[in-house]
Amino acid sequence: MSAGEQFLNGAIILALAILSLSFALIIVRIVRGPTLPDRVLALDMLVAVGIGFIAVIAVKTRSFVYLDIAIALGLVGFLATVAFARFILKRGRHKHADYGNEAERPAQEEGTSS
Amino acid sequence: MSEPISLPILELIAGVLIVIGAIFSLLASLGILRFPDVYSRMHAASKAGTLGSGLMLLAIAVLAVDLAVVTRAMAGAVFFLLTAPVSSHLLARAAYFVGYEPWEGTVRDDLQDRYSGEGEGIRCESTPPVAKITSL
Repeated sequence: MSAGEQFLNGAIILALAILSLSFALIIVRIVRGPTLPDRVLALDMLVAVGIGFIAVIAVKTRSFVYLDIAIALGLVGFLATVAFARFILKRGRHKHADYGNEAERPAQEEGTSS
Repeated sequence: MSEPISLPILELIAGVLIVIGAIFSLLASLGILRFPDVYSRMHAASKAGTLGSGLMLLAIAVLAVDLAVVTRAMAGAVFFLLTAPVSSHLLARAAYFVGYEPWEGTVRDDLQDRYSGEGEGIRCESTPPVAKITSL
């Protein structure tokens, strides 16, 4: 194993660790996210991190067929985000749909001590 | 030195690109976790996240010597650079129309008086400023 391959293997392991950490952070936001657009945005970012995972795995295994999967996943993620945006626009804002809301509007906080 | 794929400089560049892309993805997800409202989270995700996955696709393009793979990797990176602003803009537009407020510490909101934002947003037929702003 040459020095370049050793460096690349170390970089791949480091990148996989960093991507796993960012995956966990995004999942925290999806679970905790106060509103629906937060969750949609976090799912979009999850697709981007998944593309990064696929790219790292493609570099690791040197089989570049994974690249097509990454492009298809990006297309699906884009279309899903567009569809969710249309859904948010059509649904309106339901008061009780966004429970645990951090960004509650100030006019409704009259009786509460926040 | 016999064949070009065994040059260590390509693996060096690819490893650096992969690590930098992963760090950008980590920063984007940190921004998603820590920023106060949807719009600033969107700012973090759409810029840093796109740059992260684009850099990792460019690492594939550096490492592969095949022209078809390089072309597809470049096309994928350009595709993500094109679609991420569009999807972010659509999501921000939908969220603002429906009435998700920005963070209360927001300094400036140029669209504040242009839309009703009272739960119905653009679906209110009785708000003339909507027609004014969409014609701009």
